[in-house]
This record gives sequence, structure tokens and C-alpha cells, in this order.
Amino acid sequence: MTTLDSSKEIQKNNSEFNETHEDFRMFGLITFLIADGMTFAGFFAAYLTYKAVNPLPDGAIYELELPIPTLNTILLLVSSATFHKAGKALLKDKNSDSQKWLFFTAFLGIIFLICQLFEYFHLPFGLTDNLFASTFYALTGFHGLHVTLGTLMILIIAWQSRINGGRLTSQNMFPLEAVELYWHFVDGIWVILFIILYLL
Amino acid sequence: MTISIDPQKTNNESLQPKGWLRYFSFSLDHKVIGIQYLVCGFLFYLIGGTLASAIRIELASPMSDFMPRDVYNQVLTLHGTIMIFLWIVPVVNGAFGNYLIPFYVGARDMAFPRLNAVAFWLIPPSGLMLVASYFVEGAAQAGWTAYPPLSITTPQSGQIIWILSVLLLGGSSIFGGINFIATIIKLRRPGLKLMQLPMYCWAMLGTSLLVVLSTPVLAGTLILLSFDIIAHTGFFNPVLGGNVVVYQHLFWFYSHPAVYIMVLPAFGLVSEILPVHARKPLFGYTTMVFSIMGIVVLGLVVWAHHMFTSGTPPWMRLFFTIATAFIAVPTGIKFFNWVATLWGGKISINSAMLFSCGFIINFVFGGITGVALAQVPFDIHVHDTYFVVAHFHYIVYGGTVFIIFSSIYHWFPKVTGKMLNEKLGILHFIITFIGFNLCFAPQHWLGLNGMPRRVAEYDPQFQFVNQISSLGALLMAISTIPFLINVFLSVRNGKDAGDNPWNALTPEWLTSSPPPVENWEGEAPLVEEPYGYGKEISEQK
Repeated sequence: MTTLDSSKEIQKNNSEFNETHEDFRMFGLITFLIADGMTFAGFFAAYLTYKAVNPLPDGAIYELELPIPTLNTILLLVSSATFHKAGKALLKDKNSDSQKWLFFTAFLGIIFLICQLFEYFHLPFGLTDNLFASTFYALTGFHGLHVTLGTLMILIIAWQSRINGGRLTSQNMFPLEAVELYWHFVDGIWVILFIILYLL
Repeated sequence: MTISIDPQKTNNESLQPKGWLRYFSFSLDHKVIGIQYLVCGFLFYLIGGTLASAIRIELASPMSDFMPRDVYNQVLTLHGTIMIFLWIVPVVNGAFGNYLIPFYVGARDMAFPRLNAVAFWLIPPSGLMLVASYFVEGAAQAGWTAYPPLSITTPQSGQIIWILSVLLLGGSSIFGGINFIATIIKLRRPGLKLMQLPMYCWAMLGTSLLVVLSTPVLAGTLILLSFDIIAHTGFFNPVLGGNVVVYQHLFWFYSHPAVYIMVLPAFGLVSEILPVHARKPLFGYTTMVFSIMGIVVLGLVVWAHHMFTSGTPPWMRLFFTIATAFIAVPTGIKFFNWVATLWGGKISINSAMLFSCGFIINFVFGGITGVALAQVPFDIHVHDTYFVVAHFHYIVYGGTVFIIFSSIYHWFPKVTGKMLNEKLGILHFIITFIGFNLCFAPQHWLGLNGMPRRVAEYDPQFQFVNQISSLGALLMAISTIPFLINVFLSVRNGKDAGDNPWNALTPEWLTSSPPPVENWEGEAPLVEEPYGYGKEISEQK
């Protein structure tokens, strides 16, 4: 049959291809993060629409205090940098350095969550007070959920990067790279959220 | 960086159950998962079909005498949700996608087999949960659209179970979409170019892009809706300062592309079936590819045509009318291509071909009413009437379900190694085609004369036409019987099919029937011309 190319060269390539192929787990993760980003995009679109067309009742609070969220922004941006450091250290087979950087990153994530909770408890409005309050808690809460999951994953890979018996080595970088990409993604979402929710 | 296949994995596979038992296991084989999707979806189709019959029995008389009105609402909601989320989307994407895509790209399995199995096993529990919600405090009553304030004011437990179930099904759909994109883009065998792929791969690539981009928005929306129901926030509750139109925008941002998620794979499947049974190359391959991608892009920016009566501002009406009308262009190109594929072909009149031709006829009709519905003045006249119901069923039943049956007739020999009985198949087609048109064509008239949808009672002047429609529904219910008998008899003692009964050229036919565990005994063949029919015949002569 003319449609079947049975030349030896291609068969050989194909045989190799089936035994070992390119690692596309990262590709799958990126696709997933695009999907996850669309959830946030939906929330942002809803928030902006509300802001444009649904006036709040008189006396409802619009103004938010800026110091805590600004601190949180800095915390997350620094944590992205420390995560990057952890990856560099692991690549040079310095597992204990890498583990330290990972724990520091997780620590920054936990501080972020504590600051966020502190802000929640000191805000003058609750979840059901008005539309703005509801969207505020929905957006920051959904992002906080992502930070919580991210922090847990960082703690897990920090445990796995221990020197004896750890699965995370310079030969097996994928878990670290995947969590790092996720963490940068969560940071990026926070920056957009900070601009839309607090600054606009 | 490369990863090698774990030798452990092959050992594990020998431990997995054999025979029919593997269909009840957490199998990682894409062919098993495909069949799991198909059979599971078909069981839900029977449930959804029973509910549809209940609706048509109720509507055979103008009064609500067959069931109470709130039960009617529940039946209606369950019918819509089951048919869309548990039958059409899983079958036309999950079942055929999982079965065929690895063959088409020359792979031994999907890119992420484990994720694939997880995606399937999310479906049965969420489906059972949805059906079971009827027995708790009554199922959801707000229709498959779950518009607030209706969804906020009707009984809560059913609506919450509905939301949870749809969230799980959405998750399953997203996992499937990620898997298809990775498989088609990354797992193609060396030497196989994108523009040599069979058309179904392109359709699934476009569909998966829509799934990945729009399903998460529905998930977010439903989370907000559940906040409104449980925590009494006011996102979509005007009493608390919220905005119902925002829900509609977010919902239709998913649910308009959802129509393409249901119908684009069917476009792909029909592009596989027609060339085989007409013995001609698929006409206009390149235009087909660009049409699919055009539909994907346009499909994301037409959602507000469902909302022309929701106080939509004039500029929005103008924009969405024009964008919707534009979708007719790529869709029309595809239809002319299919007709041109048939033109002058050596057509075999068998069940698969008949169902595909039925699809072309029904879908053209549904497409024309679709363009009509995009026009604001007409849409305002028939909004929320039976005209919309008729249009929608011409697309999803006359379009997609016809193609699902066509595909079953086409690929059954590959999956089981047995032929289906052609006489029973043709009988199935005739009853389905007559029943379907008898059921839904009169509903256009009902809608134009102002019969509203989603109500159990109607003006007595519509009774006769409704009874004709119910008669059609009865025929559609009966049409399942020859199909089931056919499948049952053929699996037990059907004629042996051989590896390639249709003399098809696409890669799945170049292996044994049923295919071995990793698809090919030796190397995966490199199929550069999946539709090279004319050439082959002339060479044979």
C-alpha cells in the first residue's frame, strides 16, 4: 500500500519513541494552569461587571487598608525568588541548600496566609454584608485556597528533597519544577488580584 | 529530558482482570476507558430517554395530569442535565476520543493514562448522585441552565447536589481535554505531520481547547451560585444587591461553547465515516481544519445571543448577532465539503452511511433555525418557546446523536471483531429518522404560535400538534429496541468482521480487530494519507 511508509529509518525512530519519549507532564500542567486561570478570569470579570453596573448601598465600605496586602504582595514575590533559588541549588546537587530554600518559601507562604486571616478578622465587613464584601471574600478566599495547596505541596517536596532516601534529585527535577510553576502562577494571580481589588 | 517506560507497569498489566471484568476496573488502557465511557453514557441515555418519554406523555394532554408540576420540573431538569453532561459530552468526546485518538496519532496510549482513568471514574458517581437526588428531597427544578433566582428559591438540597454533580463532571471534562491536547500535540509518532492527521484529531483538538478555556468559568460560576444558596450571599440575588444577568453571562460563556463541545467531535467523526463509505478522499481537508479553528474562535465570542431578552444593550445585540451569523460561514464550508465528498462517490448504503446522511439533513435544518434565532427581532419573538427546543434538539439529537449511532455502526467491527446486522441497523435508522422528525419538526410550529417551553400545562389549541410530537417521541423510544437487539445478537454470534471490513485507510483499521493491548503487534504504521481512496482503487485495478 502506498499510504504505508515502511522505510527502516522511520520504524527505528518510532521504536525508540515508544520506549522513551519526551516528558510532557509540564505541558499538561501548563494546560491545566490555563484552565485554572480561566476560573480566576471569570471571577475577575464578574467583579469588574458588578463594580461597573451594581452601585453599592449608601454607607457601604469601599476603602480597603493597603499595608497588609502590600506586605503580602512583597511576601509572595520574595517567595517566588526563593523558590527559584531552591531549584538552582538542587540542579547543583546541593540538596540540603535546596531543602532550606524550600522550607523558607513554605514559611513565607504560611506568613502570607496568617496575614490574610489577620486582615479578614479586622475588616469592618462580613461575607454577606453587601455585594462588594461577598466578591472580596470569594476572590481572596479562592486565591488563599491556592496558596494553601501550594504551601502543602512545597512542604511535601521539601520532605522529598532530603539527602538520604529523598526522591527529589537533580535527576528527578520534575516535582520541583511543577510546584515552582504553580507557585509562580499563584503569585501572578495575586498581583492581578491586588491591582484589581485593592488599587482600582 | 526523557522518561522510560517502567517495566513494572507491564507486569502490573498482566495482573489486571481479563475479559469483561476489566471494564469494571481502574484500567489504564485507552480502549477499555473508551468503552467504559460509551457504555456508561448509553445507560444514562436510557435514563434520560425515559425521562424524555415522561415529559412527552405529560404533554400529550394540556392539563398537568400525568405528574405534579414540581415533579415535571425535576424530570425536565434531570433530562437536560443527564443528556448533556452524562451522555453526549462523555460519549462524543470521551468514548470515541479515547478509543480513536491514540490510533490516529500512532501512539500506544493516551499521554496521561492515569489521569484518563480518573476522568472516567468521576462520571458514574456524579451521575448516580444526580439521579439519586430525586429521592432525597426532590431533584433540582431550575432546568439545566440553573438560572437564579429560580435556582435560589427552589428546594435547596436538590440544587446543591446538582451543582456538585456538574462540578465533578466539569472536572472530568477538563482532565479529558488536557489529555487530548497533550496527546495530539505531543504524542504524535515521528514523521507524522499535523496536516496529515485524520480530521477527528483536529475536531478533538478544537473541542479540547474550548473545554479547557470555558469549563473552568462554569465551575467558578457554580461555586458562586452555591454560595448564594448555602451562605445567602447576594452574587446573583437582586434582593441583596446582586445581578442575575452576570450569572447568565458567565453561564453562557461556558454553555455556548458547550454546544460546540457537543457538535465539533461529531463533525470530526462524520469526516471519518463519509470518505470510507463513499470511497473518496475527504473534500477540502485544509478548509476543514481552518473551519474547525474558526468555529473554536468564534464559538467563544457569541454567548450573549442566548440573552437577547435579558435587557442586553443595543451594541451587544449588534455584536453578538453579527458574530453568530459569522459562525454559519465555517459551518457551511464543512457542509459543502461533506456533500462534495459524497458527490460522485461509490456510496454504500449501509447503517453508518444512512445515519451520517441523516445527520447532514437534520443539522442543516437546525443550522438554518440557528441563524434565524441569532437575529434579534426574531429571537425576541420566539425566546423561551418551543421553537428553541426544536432548534436545540435538531442540533444535539439530529446532529450529534445521529453521529454517535453512525459511529457505533462504523467502529463496532473494530471494537468487537463482529459485524452488526445491517437489516436491523437500517430499521433502526428508519424508525429513528421518522420518529425524530415527527417529534421535533412540529415543535417549530408550536413555538412560532407562542407555546412556552418548560411548562407542564398549555393552551388546549396546541393539543393536536403536541400529540403528533409525542407520537414521534414514542417512535424514538421504540427505535432503541432494534438497536439493542442488534448489539446483543451481534456480540454473541455476529458475522466475523476481519481486521478491515470497510477497506478503510485510517490507522485504527491497520491492526487486528479487536486491537491488541498496546494497539499494534509491531510498529505503529505511518499513515500519510488517511483519505487516499481514489488512488488506491486505481492502483488495485
